[in-house]
Amino acid sequence: MTIRKYIILVAVMFFAACGDVSLARGMRVFGPVTLATLPHLLTVLLNPWIVLGVLLLIGFFASYLSALSFADLTYVLPATSVSYILMVVLARFFLHEHVTIWRWLGVLLIVTGVGFVATGPEATPGAHRHNRTEPQYEPVAELAEVVEAGNEA
Amino acid sequence: MSHFVLWSGIATVVVTSTIGDVLQSRAMKEIGDLGLVRQEHGLWGVMRRVAANGRFTIGLGFMAIGFFSLLITLSWGDVSIVGPASASLTFIANALAARLYLKERVDHRRWMAAMFVAAGVFLLAR
Repeated sequence: MTIRKYIILVAVMFFAACGDVSLARGMRVFGPVTLATLPHLLTVLLNPWIVLGVLLLIGFFASYLSALSFADLTYVLPATSVSYILMVVLARFFLHEHVTIWRWLGVLLIVTGVGFVATGPEATPGAHRHNRTEPQYEPVAELAEVVEAGNEA
Repeated sequence: MSHFVLWSGIATVVVTSTIGDVLQSRAMKEIGDLGLVRQEHGLWGVMRRVAANGRFTIGLGFMAIGFFSLLITLSWGDVSIVGPASASLTFIANALAARLYLKERVDHRRWMAAMFVAAGVFLLAR
């Protein structure tokens, strides 16, 4: 794993957690969505928190696709689930939500799960296009001819 | 709403979300490391390759169906059942689909990771 790949995985976690928290912060202003308030739902797009949340989630999707382009799905999903932990911490200290003991236990289980994949390889050999072994010297016969011609000269 | 209908809704969310995830993963595997593709073809080249990939587009469609199925299912039952059940079961279904369809090497470490994270997400979402 290179530094660039670690940065992409951290970006997935950061954008996912901050995007969701930002949307939650914006939706508090709107209140609960009901059939009566449904026609006014588009007005939430004027809220700066919602705009920020949408931009952060676009960043999440771009970094998530980038992560899937070099790592397995079964690596990316548990590894980036740290975003759930970040979300709980932000909900507790930024949104001042009450976090129950069961949720902290959930955080502990996720940390344990991430620990299982963190030490292993990120990709199945040959699964991604860039790490497939392709024949480097396909036209062996042509190469032999060139060497032979060189020897004769 | 009966239990059968509620769990059918949860199953629809899990299946469509998983199909969306594995199709997107397969598309990205085919395209290759986006960082390397960007070095070679630029950002526009990356966007063109991703948008032109059929599996990516179909995967995006399934993710959208999964999202709207979740909204509908949430209207049928308690969020404390629908949320945790669909989120944690999707983790397990993804591991299974990645093993069978993407042929990923899902060893005991990855299975344990999927199980622990699924249990953790279940507790967070309840």
